Amino acid sequence: MAEVEQGCELFSAGHRACGGCGPALAARLLLKATGKNVIIASATGCMEVFSTPYPETAWGVPWIHSLFENVAAVASGIEASLKRQGRSEKVVCIGGDGATFDIGVLCISGAFERGHDITYICYDNEAYMNTGIQRSGATPYGASTTTSPPGACAPGGNPLPKKDMPAILAAHGAPYVATASIAYPNDFVQKVERAINTPGPCYIQVHTPCCTGWGFESGETLAMAKLAIDTGLWVNYEMVDGKVVKAKKVRRKPVEEYLAKQKRFRHLFKPARRDDVIANIQAIADANAERFGIDIKRKESSE
Amino acid sequence: MALRVGCAAPPGRALDNKTGAWRVFKPVFDPETCSRCGMCAMVCPEGCVHETEEGTFEPDLDYCKGCGICEEVCPKKSIRMEKEEK
Repeated sequence: MAEVEQGCELFSAGHRACGGCGPALAARLLLKATGKNVIIASATGCMEVFSTPYPETAWGVPWIHSLFENVAAVASGIEASLKRQGRSEKVVCIGGDGATFDIGVLCISGAFERGHDITYICYDNEAYMNTGIQRSGATPYGASTTTSPPGACAPGGNPLPKKDMPAILAAHGAPYVATASIAYPNDFVQKVERAINTPGPCYIQVHTPCCTGWGFESGETLAMAKLAIDTGLWVNYEMVDGKVVKAKKVRRKPVEEYLAKQKRFRHLFKPARRDDVIANIQAIADANAERFGIDIKRKESSE
Repeated sequence: MALRVGCAAPPGRALDNKTGAWRVFKPVFDPETCSRCGMCAMVCPEGCVHETEEGTFEPDLDYCKGCGICEEVCPKKSIRMEKEEK
């Protein structure tokens, strides 16, 4: 049987994600970190759709899907029931950025307020990819999506900045909030291990580039995730009890290197260069660097 | 109490779906230059790169979609993508 050959892989092959899918890798790494003793509640989204087209499922652990908006509420119920029964399974929620930043905020806020012992993993591919690349609260400033196309009214594409979801959940009093990236798989695995072993509601937002939605070659998924970190547009950090305790330091590259490689930012270079929008994006990276102190000091050229 | 609503599927049933048919380029692993770091197995979104008895790695072509992430991350450049004739 095929199941036996795959053996230790809890997130099995045969799922229908695009080749080079970032979220699929995040799911694999997640299960590597949690092991078998876990119950997963999944919101609607790419990951739910590609991993479980009925009657197939790629999950080797108990998994439940309900709706876009109520995954945190479902997980709260599971956690409360397990607690009552004195069982030891960990409860993990998975939501995409649409389910987390936009549609599910109400239930997530409620679950974090009540202090359920759950871990919420948001795989952030920066738009609603499953339904055809619509803008979400996590879409970065300047990106083109089907609902934020560059045009006469908004020449820069998406006019709004990315929502700061980790800060919102840290403000709920979450004991552990972290961001991670699939460019650093071991770091993500360690953060998940820490989150599931921390009592109370924990949140991890993992950056998972989407080759289809962002417009780059499937083999470059990890390179793109790494470039986001190297330019300062994504920061890997950990917050314990609301305070940033650790942030990954980098020698920053200009944001242009990251933007020029993706089709969703192509309107910033063609037909005419939009230096104003690129400067605004650079300002976002500079503000991130300032806020988290991620710059490795350059050698003695502090003018 | 068994819950009799919704749909359920046996774990790992996705293995029925041989996604290898999607592939255009196939990864060719060179065990001679492999440093056995295991990055290819770590980052494969399909989880279909397996360790051999010698400690080198090989892809399961039943499921490999040919995305090329393994080629990109290999520090020894010992994986190359080859157009597949079917």
